[in-house]
Amino acid sequence: MLSRVAEKMYWFGRYIERVENTARLMIVNTNLVLDLPRVKHIWDSLIEITGARQRFNQRFIRVDERNVIKFLLDDEQISIRSSIQMARENARTTREIIPTEAWVIVNELNLFINKNKDKGVRRDGRHKFLADIIAICNELTGSLAGSMSVDIAYNFIKTGRNLERADMTTRIVDAGCLNLINPTQVETNEYENILWMNVLRSLTGYQMYRQHVQDRVNGEDVVDFLLKNRKFPRGVAHCLFEVGNCCRQLPRNDNPLRSITHAQRNIDNNDIIKLLNESHLHEFIDEVQLDLADIHSELSGTWFQFDANAPEIVEHSLPE
Amino acid sequence: MELKNYKTPPGVFDELLTSRNRARPGLGRLGSFLKKNSLKELNERKFSAELAIRTMGITFTVYSEGENIDREWPFDIIPRVIHEKEWKQIELGLKQRLEALNLFITDVYNDEKILKDKLIPREILASSKDYRKECRGIKPVFNTWAHICGTDLVRDGDGTMYVLEDNLRVPSGVSYMLENRNISKRILPELFEDQIILPMDDYPTNLFDTLSSISPRPLDYPEVVVLTPGIFNSAYFEHSFLAQRMGAELVEGPDLIVADDDCVYMKTVEGLSRVDVIYRRIDDLFLDPDAFNSESVLGVKGLMRAWQKGNVALANAPGAGIADDKVIYTYVPEMIRYYLDEDPILPNVSSYMCADKKQRQHVLQNIENLVVKPANESGGYGMYIGPRETKRRTAEMKRLVRSNPRNYIAQPIVNLSTVPTLCENAIEPRHVDLRPFILQGSKSYVTAGGLTRVALVRGSLVVNSSQGGGSKDTWILAQRT
Repeated sequence: MLSRVAEKMYWFGRYIERVENTARLMIVNTNLVLDLPRVKHIWDSLIEITGARQRFNQRFIRVDERNVIKFLLDDEQISIRSSIQMARENARTTREIIPTEAWVIVNELNLFINKNKDKGVRRDGRHKFLADIIAICNELTGSLAGSMSVDIAYNFIKTGRNLERADMTTRIVDAGCLNLINPTQVETNEYENILWMNVLRSLTGYQMYRQHVQDRVNGEDVVDFLLKNRKFPRGVAHCLFEVGNCCRQLPRNDNPLRSITHAQRNIDNNDIIKLLNESHLHEFIDEVQLDLADIHSELSGTWFQFDANAPEIVEHSLPE
Repeated sequence: MELKNYKTPPGVFDELLTSRNRARPGLGRLGSFLKKNSLKELNERKFSAELAIRTMGITFTVYSEGENIDREWPFDIIPRVIHEKEWKQIELGLKQRLEALNLFITDVYNDEKILKDKLIPREILASSKDYRKECRGIKPVFNTWAHICGTDLVRDGDGTMYVLEDNLRVPSGVSYMLENRNISKRILPELFEDQIILPMDDYPTNLFDTLSSISPRPLDYPEVVVLTPGIFNSAYFEHSFLAQRMGAELVEGPDLIVADDDCVYMKTVEGLSRVDVIYRRIDDLFLDPDAFNSESVLGVKGLMRAWQKGNVALANAPGAGIADDKVIYTYVPEMIRYYLDEDPILPNVSSYMCADKKQRQHVLQNIENLVVKPANESGGYGMYIGPRETKRRTAEMKRLVRSNPRNYIAQPIVNLSTVPTLCENAIEPRHVDLRPFILQGSKSYVTAGGLTRVALVRGSLVVNSSQGGGSKDTWILAQRT
């Protein structure tokens, strides 16, 4: 497979996942605001998660619900709208690879978002709009799983999806911790409980957490679950496991596999509860994010870019 | 649908109907089909054709006001029919022509015999935009430069088929020819049941065989790729279509690299993989920023070097466009006699060379009754059609011809033949041309028929899809045995 095409598959997977994750984040934060109307920094933490504060500040003065939602719906670079456009563009230029059924869903999703994005701004229409987006994303993922051969192209889509997922989970955990540090007038215990429940919900992890952890929802267990649990699909450990599986199917995978193993060990060998109690979790999450960035550059250097190091020439055996 | 009111313009040959509106001999089946079906019924077929085009995603791109617009392919359901017997002659003529053109290209880049024998003046080559000095001394496999040729044919009022022009650079349209057939099989199945219409869907296989045959490495499975300028090119649909049908990779310039061994490789997830044959769909001057336009981002650095060393085959070869020059065109009948010692089977449209003083005088005096064409344009751009132009444009054209006579030829207006076409409220005659595709490698091949382009505007002679033209399926009808 051409490297250019492989890279497009990878980004297609990432951008579709980003659309879904952004929609989830917006739903959960909207609910959180209803539960905790007196907490003011909820929208601010959403900007923190996207890592695009500078860009936000260029466009808006106030960090409030309306502005943050508009930003996440409609920004030229990091919004749901721009993500679906990028996903579509990657699919459009690789039409011979993506199954027609999936291509049709991508187009529908793009049209749906462009047509209805104003509904997301007001609280009354927001939930339905975002839930529909999530449903179409799931339809797409299902369609790909059901109609695409599990070959190189599919492995790149899946790699992109899981790396994006891992990245988003670390951001959400990070934002959860930052929220805790901020002083609030609400009674700490009650606030903490609601906050972590929402963190789980934004990752559709509440039910699965309940099945894995018998104790009441608390910070230590939630963070441990989201980072280390290998079975929960949005857990960082699980995502890395999946990325590893995909890369094992691809040729010349030494360097990417090494970087994945490194990231996995780093998570396995650290005591999350201790880090949290000693307030070092934020630094640790930074480390994990650097590991994820490192995996991306190894993937890119191995399979997408050819300038970094001279790659070997494949000798095709002559047919007998 | 009665054809009583069908009026072929005077002096024009209609492909289906005689002057008394009877179907021509052997074409009665289509004629009676049209008569039997009401306008409403025909429109229903038209509607399902449009639906098929939409769901199959057959589009072409128009550049307009700086924007790219993806449009659905315009298609008329009434086919254009040609008898196999006539077609066999045309086929021979097309093969003969391409063979002579390839011999000519080899000659001008090597021995220059035709120049030394003074059949063609040297100045004409020297002043052609499409002459590539980089090609001197090169002899591609089978001495073939133009492996894929799209030749435009037109039928004049007397019923003779003429060659209007040869497209030897990157002719396009073949994917639409194939898709047109798919559509008409869907919507007119009964007409395929009791007639023998020659199939044409072997084109991608023959294209692949032609390309494989010129591979510089004697492999059973040479790596053939299609090189496209990318999604914004107007023919991208066709590039991806052909790559898909041939099972070849569709590559863009940055996917390829010329390594230190002067071989071409494509960048794959497995590593660099050698490429043997490139079916390139970008113009010469964008092929290699080292050799030509240094700002080209579509091409591949060092590609010309790899080709000159014989490490990769390019189809069509760089420099083949020299035979595409409209002035060179006027010499093709001579070339056929010179290189093949045969009489040309297909005639040229008679042409005046503005470079010649006497002929230029004639052109300037009669310009309002002539078509004037620039020597190096394609797609109908820059064309002047005497009777339709304003006084201002006529004056401008005269000035252009005087200032750069070498760059223009003029031809009498060919009354393009017509084919019944389903219009708003009736079946009306519309002018058509025909572009068959000819392949030449280890052997030659001509498509059974070609792409019939139709000017959808009443009376118009402009068939280009970028300028309001549509298309029709073309049937080569075999004699029943």
